[in-house]
Amino acid sequence: MKENLYKYILGIADNSLILGQRLGELCGHGPSLETDIACTNISLDLFGQVRSYYQYAAKIIGDGRSEDDIAMLRKEREYVNVLLVEQPNRDFAYTMARQFLFDVYHLLFLNELQKSKDVTLSAIAAKSIKEVSYHQRFSSDWVKRLGDGTEESHQKMQSAIDGLWTYTDELFHQTDIDKIIVSEAIGVDVTQLKETYYNLVSELLQEASLSTPESKWFQKGGKQGIHTEHLGYLLSDLQYMQRTYPNMEW
Amino acid sequence: MSTKNWPLWEVFVRSKNGLEHRHFGSLHAADAEMALENARDVYTRRNEGISIWVVESKDITASNPENNGELFEPAQDKIYRHPTFYDLPDEVKHM
Repeated sequence: MKENLYKYILGIADNSLILGQRLGELCGHGPSLETDIACTNISLDLFGQVRSYYQYAAKIIGDGRSEDDIAMLRKEREYVNVLLVEQPNRDFAYTMARQFLFDVYHLLFLNELQKSKDVTLSAIAAKSIKEVSYHQRFSSDWVKRLGDGTEESHQKMQSAIDGLWTYTDELFHQTDIDKIIVSEAIGVDVTQLKETYYNLVSELLQEASLSTPESKWFQKGGKQGIHTEHLGYLLSDLQYMQRTYPNMEW
Repeated sequence: MSTKNWPLWEVFVRSKNGLEHRHFGSLHAADAEMALENARDVYTRRNEGISIWVVESKDITASNPENNGELFEPAQDKIYRHPTFYDLPDEVKHM
């Protein structure tokens, strides 16, 4: 029972951890000072949310594992984030497209999680909604700017959307644990969000003069711990300090 | 992406109700909307503000430092124009 809830929470939190780490890679490397700070701000928002989730998960499992252990010391197969968020920052269009495709989902998800019977999860969701609304505003603006910008920016944004499209369907897959937690009125039935999601995304893409990809070939596996080749490299950055100097603190 | 062609904007932030907007700094942005978002991220991350104004730097007409003599010095020796002879009550803040 508590093992199920623990795993369910990781399913939410790992997305934010991995996306936060990706955005954090831009610290000092963003395309401009302003966008650099914006991306790292979003990263910090996500890490803040992740801490609340992992602290709660650690309390539930209650075997001495800390939030840091959960974040830093799992193996690649034990991370259950969706494939979308682990995709690398190929260019700024790609980074913003990834952000946008996740933010739309994230906000829909949190709006539902707010209604959870679990008061802690509901409180974390309520607190995160303001942050994520801003994330969505920021990433949507950039999708529009680049999509509706110059020929080059349009082409880069379109190819980013086309490239990432294959990872969107997985957002709406339910694991067996999801189904159990949903049946307990704690979890969110993500299958119910799918239609709204694709409507919102297509609407914005249209506004941005971009076309909605028609491809129906989708990747999956992240929720089962089967990841793309990119996650291992990300984790080696993320975990380096804890692996090299176990239990170090500062 | 280059910010070379983005115009410069001046950012004014009101830190709380009842206070005026103060100049916080400047940043680059393609248009007013982006300038507001950038200002939010660059200047109000630590809860510094409740309201932001942005204005394109080129729209500000500034006095020329070379004219400082004629503009400002005549006021310096007219001590009777300076409100320095009053004791401010402690209750008056933000003066």
